[in-house]
Amino acid sequence: MIEFKNVNFSYENGIQVLKDLNFEIAEGETIGLIGCNGAGKSTLMKVLLGLLPHEGTIKVSDLEVNKKNLEEIRRKIGFVLQDSDNQMFMPTVYEDMMFGPLNYGHTKEEAEARVDEVLEELGLTYLKHKYNHKISGGEKRMAAIATILTMRPKVILMDEPSTALDPENRRRVINAINGLKVTKVIASHDLDMILDTCERVILMHDGAIVADGPANEILNDKELLEANHMELPFKLQGLQDYV
Amino acid sequence: MSKGTNKASNALNELRDMDELANGNSLVHELHPLVKLLVTIAYIYCVVSFSKYNLTGLFIMLIYPVLVFEFAGIKISTCFYKLRLVLPLVLMVGIFNPIFEGKAGLISMITLMMKGTFSLMASFIMVATTPIDGLCAALRKIHVPSILVTLLLLTYRYISVLVREVAIMTDAYKLRAPKQKGIAMKAWGSFLGQLLLRSMDKASELYNSMQLRAFKGEFYYASQRKLNARDLVFLVGCIACFVCARVFNITELLGGLFV
Repeated sequence: MIEFKNVNFSYENGIQVLKDLNFEIAEGETIGLIGCNGAGKSTLMKVLLGLLPHEGTIKVSDLEVNKKNLEEIRRKIGFVLQDSDNQMFMPTVYEDMMFGPLNYGHTKEEAEARVDEVLEELGLTYLKHKYNHKISGGEKRMAAIATILTMRPKVILMDEPSTALDPENRRRVINAINGLKVTKVIASHDLDMILDTCERVILMHDGAIVADGPANEILNDKELLEANHMELPFKLQGLQDYV
Repeated sequence: MSKGTNKASNALNELRDMDELANGNSLVHELHPLVKLLVTIAYIYCVVSFSKYNLTGLFIMLIYPVLVFEFAGIKISTCFYKLRLVLPLVLMVGIFNPIFEGKAGLISMITLMMKGTFSLMASFIMVATTPIDGLCAALRKIHVPSILVTLLLLTYRYISVLVREVAIMTDAYKLRAPKQKGIAMKAWGSFLGQLLLRSMDKASELYNSMQLRAFKGEFYYASQRKLNARDLVFLVGCIACFVCARVFNITELLGGLFV
């Protein structure tokens, strides 16, 4: 589904942010992208979406990420931004959800049917006509996910989806993620959430991939995590101390 | 809560109040946004076109905003309260006319003040009875450039985000400068610079978000309906009344009946 081959990215000032990335993601997989601040997680996502240039080859469903294929690739990939305010730029949730499908040429009726379907699926029907600047942070995050789902993407990228959420809303977002039947890539420092949602983890440090494997293995590896400025998920910390 | 936060909160509350007003369900709210926009433009055009000495003729134009306020269920006092910062500026228009023109100048000053106030009242009633997306869609229908309408829509959407940023920065400043009143002059440069940088970051993220959802420079306003008979009756009726009020001096005609 997604393939990175010798991918590098440097800023104009020469600072290399992504270093020789090689990995593949199969259809339907849920990948946790972890690493300390500045590890390159968000940059990796932006490169995948064609928002930043890159060296090497990135393919999404056998389509290479380049200027020519950008529209088709962005139709396949939905990106949930870290700050929902940046994502929800229309006045109401409804208008925001209609935005993507209408821009992709769907009729108003088709787009409306999608909106209703997604809101129902996420239990957010009550938000439909609410103003974006009046809903809570948790509702905004859920609505941001909903705006992406109306485009029916094959892959969803999420940048820190649980940041600044209270426990109830965090759990709500985790349940929503687990309910999505698409390929998911989740960049987060919230390792407990990664443990709850992802089957595979890619650990990055200083722009390079340090480890790539089953979530249970990597998130249980105290030495590996600490060597890369991270620590065990809270729920595993207790268990390790107990053992 | 600090003074800065209070001011920011008040600003946000006022914004929310306008949303509440715009989402009412009176006869006026139900009218098509395009009709309200066209009637408002026609009204302002008529009001502005009165001669600056035609004080009596202009009086009759007060009927439109008063009636519409009544049918919309919005108090006129709400309008004057919300416009409290702009109204003094409008009232200052022509303030020197009495000095240069004597008695005639006094009349022209009052006429100019009335023109400004009436135009503001009409604009307010349109904004207070029409959600922003409806208004933007109506502006596009009359071919206002997409870039301007997009700016209006995004400004409306992000003004609350900007106010929140200001509140956060003001609080952060005051917590480290407890004995100061407000923000010191020497800090204004970096304060505004920070705000600009934050705004630019947001704008860049927002642009990415729009690009990722196939934005090609034109918003599609989803919640629009077609014009119905009631909209057309209101449009034609109002414009006919405005033209009559402009062509005939109805106040004088009415006065003549009693003299």
